Amino acid sequence: MERIPILKMGAFLLVTIQVDMHDRLALSLQDDLTGQIVKHRAHGVLIDISALEIVDSFIGRMLASIASMAHLLDAETVVVGMQPAVAITLVELGLPMKGIRTALDVEKGMAALHNAIWEAGQDGDSGRIR
Amino acid sequence: MAIRVVSAESLPIRVSDDVVLVRQLVRKKSVVLGFGLVDQTKVVTASSELARNTLDYGGGGTALVEVLENGARSGVRITFEDQGPGIPDIDLALTDGYTTGNGMGLGLSGAKRLSHEFELWSKPGEGTRVSILRWK
Repeated sequence: MERIPILKMGAFLLVTIQVDMHDRLALSLQDDLTGQIVKHRAHGVLIDISALEIVDSFIGRMLASIASMAHLLDAETVVVGMQPAVAITLVELGLPMKGIRTALDVEKGMAALHNAIWEAGQDGDSGRIR
Repeated sequence: MAIRVVSAESLPIRVSDDVVLVRQLVRKKSVVLGFGLVDQTKVVTASSELARNTLDYGGGGTALVEVLENGARSGVRITFEDQGPGIPDIDLALTDGYTTGNGMGLGLSGAKRLSHEFELWSKPGEGTRVSILRWK
């Protein structure tokens, strides 16, 4: 079965969605990613959606679920590269993307992840030793 | 001025890959019509929501993608039809956040907001027909 590749880079996992995803593929990404977070003890997940031409309610919900699940597994998520037309459409669609951290590009996304993890460490709400 | 149908193509919606094919056909037609990127994205997103509804709630059906002309105006109309259980309360189904399934309840209301014209016909036990139209 077709799969979206998940790359490990240090404490982070990187996912670039480059295909027009059907719903089953989106669900398998959710399963794969949570598995990989635990396997690699990842502290951050970066999802690049710059190649996605649309984000409908299903894909939006999948992104929100991934962020929630990752949070429960002590990892931060950032979604990067959303196209302007996609952002406009999402707002009109009425999709609440609350709780999803976004950044304009991969570089800013990595910086946001570093900050988020550092802040989480400062707040002392994380059980990990650094 | 009467609306003239310039072209019409029908696609089956049986599995989730078909939803992707509907999106791609609607994209192709809106590009040919010269839609801007935002308009393309809106009509493709609305089609994706409705195609998924046809699959998930209607048990599958068809999508008819038509290119229309009305005088100097041109547009694309997509009609989704299924022979599923139908919608008992249309007003309720059009309410943001209302869902009988696993979704977020934004499919119908969101697709309506993303379109210039929206028509919904449904009869319990007979099926549902939804059509959206976006002019250039």
